[in-house]
Amino acid sequence: MKIALSVVFVALLATPLVIRRYQESKAFAAIQGGQAQALSRYGFYLQETAKTSGINFVHQAPTLDAKLRPIMEQVASMGAAVSIVDFDRDGWEDIYVVNSKEGSHNALYRNQGNGTFRDVAAEVGLADLNLPGTGVSTGAVWGDYDNDGFEDVLIYKWGEPELFHNDGGKHFTRVTEQAGLPPWLNANSAIWLDYDNDGKLDLFIAGYYPEDVDLWHLKTTKIMPESFEYAKNGGRKYLFHNLGNGKFEEVSERLGISSRRWALAAVAADLRGTGYADLFISNDYGVSELYLNQGGQSFREAGKEAGVGFSPKSGMTASVGDVLNTGQYAVYVSNISEEGVLVQGNNLWMPKAGSPKGIVKYENMANTFGVELGGWSFGAQFADLNNDGFLDLYVATGNVSLDPHRSYWYDYSKVAGGNQAIISDAANWPPIDGRSLSGYQHKRVWISDGQGRFQEVAQLVGAKDTYDGRSVAMADFENRGALDVVVANQRGPVLLYKSTVAPGRHWIELELEGQRSNRSAIGAQADVFWNGQQQLQEVSGGSGFCSQNQRRLHFGLGKTTSVDRVEIRWPSGARQIVTSPQIDQIVKVKEPR
Amino acid sequence: MRRPPDEQNAPLPPSRSAGVKPSIGRFFSIENRYLPPLLITLILLAGQVKYGLLESFSRTALAIATSILLDIILGRLVLNKWPHVASAYITGISVGILLRSPEFWPYALCSAIAITSKYVIRWHGRHLWNPSNFAISAMLILAPAYVATLSVQWGNEIWTMVIVWILGALITWRVRRFHITLTYVVSFLAFSAIRSSMVGDSFLAEVAPITGPMYQLFIFFMITDPRTTVSSKRGQILVAFLVALAEMILRLANNIHAPYYALTIVGPAAKAIQIWMNSRRQTAAETPRPTVSAPV
Repeated sequence: MKIALSVVFVALLATPLVIRRYQESKAFAAIQGGQAQALSRYGFYLQETAKTSGINFVHQAPTLDAKLRPIMEQVASMGAAVSIVDFDRDGWEDIYVVNSKEGSHNALYRNQGNGTFRDVAAEVGLADLNLPGTGVSTGAVWGDYDNDGFEDVLIYKWGEPELFHNDGGKHFTRVTEQAGLPPWLNANSAIWLDYDNDGKLDLFIAGYYPEDVDLWHLKTTKIMPESFEYAKNGGRKYLFHNLGNGKFEEVSERLGISSRRWALAAVAADLRGTGYADLFISNDYGVSELYLNQGGQSFREAGKEAGVGFSPKSGMTASVGDVLNTGQYAVYVSNISEEGVLVQGNNLWMPKAGSPKGIVKYENMANTFGVELGGWSFGAQFADLNNDGFLDLYVATGNVSLDPHRSYWYDYSKVAGGNQAIISDAANWPPIDGRSLSGYQHKRVWISDGQGRFQEVAQLVGAKDTYDGRSVAMADFENRGALDVVVANQRGPVLLYKSTVAPGRHWIELELEGQRSNRSAIGAQADVFWNGQQQLQEVSGGSGFCSQNQRRLHFGLGKTTSVDRVEIRWPSGARQIVTSPQIDQIVKVKEPR
Repeated sequence: MRRPPDEQNAPLPPSRSAGVKPSIGRFFSIENRYLPPLLITLILLAGQVKYGLLESFSRTALAIATSILLDIILGRLVLNKWPHVASAYITGISVGILLRSPEFWPYALCSAIAITSKYVIRWHGRHLWNPSNFAISAMLILAPAYVATLSVQWGNEIWTMVIVWILGALITWRVRRFHITLTYVVSFLAFSAIRSSMVGDSFLAEVAPITGPMYQLFIFFMITDPRTTVSSKRGQILVAFLVALAEMILRLANNIHAPYYALTIVGPAAKAIQIWMNSRRQTAAETPRPTVSAPV
């Protein structure tokens, strides 16, 4: 008996090693092969082409108050951001990237239609936005707030937010004061949405640090979160209702949004099929929040009710996608997983079938679907990268890459577990002293089989960088039906991963334009039906981490050679059906008046 | 009176406090063996309801169920007895709270390792390691990609922490183990000051870990485990001090799981020394003395 028991005991101890060996052998098998194999196996590969495309942008981090010097790299670890827009309506998607060093310039890379880009930010007035004393940029979102046909831009900052009106794609005019934006905030997230479907885009901005904190002139070092997982001492939230005359009215508290959690990402989508945009917020140092839109009149926080408001983690992205082609959105939230230290796991919130009316219940299926462990994950986006008809997932990872041989994790975890009085004071945080904190991490490219399993293929398909990834955005830069990936890296270069998709895979892209609805069509939903399948997508005014994909909706169709129909639900409530649209091309659809 | 070895790490029986009725009411008339499970269950429920402390109830339930079931099976097979479930319950619930993993299998595996270790690693009929401490340490070493340990706090409120400290102190006092807890806490604070002066980090940063729930479970349920500590009061105080000392050394080496490993190293070593000394004393007592003849 003793011998048998001892054998069992040894077998139990060996179990984790066996599991790991098995998983590593699978991963090793996956990384064998080159582009041809990636193309045949996974249907696409990525090639990093930023420099050859004319993009030579390197993000620089700010230098904050000297009181934060010991932990500067950790505090100033965000700011790299990318958003996609066709700012001059020439039919080619452009790239806007922000910088975060005092005095540094943002860049607007105009797509020249030949595979190259040229920075025109200075020419159009969108470059010099990080002047000392005004704070630094942390992101930008585009939306046509005055319905003149050209996308305007909000640049949010740790500092003075800026709203610019797009003057016919030629120049941008600063309209911050007229719009009524606050003089100072510390935001890492903002999105355009039309929460009341009145045809005018509203604006949601989520604060991270409190708005009375000037990170360059600190009155106190007690500016840090009061808890690693339950913090409610962050920045306020703003919901600006568009009054239609270039002015906005701040209505967040009146409409039920009063959180002071440390928001890092927000996404608006019609999660319940009500016709109104609900608001999902991913919070660092705490649980996510779900604000249900009450018919455009108010919001009701229902995170716990929906199942997403438990098990606090470190939310850093918010992305929605119809993962199983069921016409319902899942929500992806990135978190932290560091081997042997903290295994939060990312969340894939899948809607449960049979949820009660008026609410959607979610279940975290990240583990089952295989999209859970992504290191220190930041921005993530759903997109059909291989045009097989199912949404894949690109996740940027890595936090602070300094000395690769010394880790800050021990000291970080020491103070992170401390009581409020300790953790909230930056003076108590041990110096980072040139050490890395989850640095030099490999990215995650998870491709979906459409049946609820994702496979990680980043190394094989060419996403091999180890920069500190932050913001991810998708766009079809060459109008050829393949989604390229732009990644903004903290203290690193902007990367442009050009995608090559295997031949024989079809696609359709929808360019929607609102007439009764907001002209950007943000919030419009398109349900594409083909070959017995269906996929729902929504035009987004910002998603992921500090990012915005192209507004155009991209659907992969696999080997199917026709689409049955496209059902469009406009924010105005209008419904439109496009029957048998041409595939392998961009289809422009205007909302009927 | 020595307890039979098969009682493992069950808390002390009621006999020690029989006849002593503290004035805090009938609560303290509950059998001692049920107090720690009761407290840890209260911590679990309060922590989960108010703060969402757990990864999920189902994972904790899996750890508890595995622990109890396996203890019953092995108790029957190995010792031919029905073990008291309080011990396995504490092991299971400790695993369920202290282990953090998005997967399910680590909870079952950790509980299985914990319970099996009680029956496999024995010396002179006694097990040496606190089962949950051994199993969690093993998981941290063998499965770092899948598990971590509890690192969250009691929300932002000092009062929750204070209440747990008071309740835990009362219960360890009741089961006559408070001196262990007190020694460890005082030693930890002293070593925090020493570490602070050595590495240059603030004293509060060094003290920070002990303000979290993980440490409360550690000092009230792990280092006080009657079956895996030495028997004399002085010895227990010395062992608690040595655990804190070993932890400080591990912390100076930037070891994140220092308390678990410190107890894993010091606990069984101390226990083994005691068993060895007892056995020597017993041998000496049983050896007949040589007869001394009177001088002529």
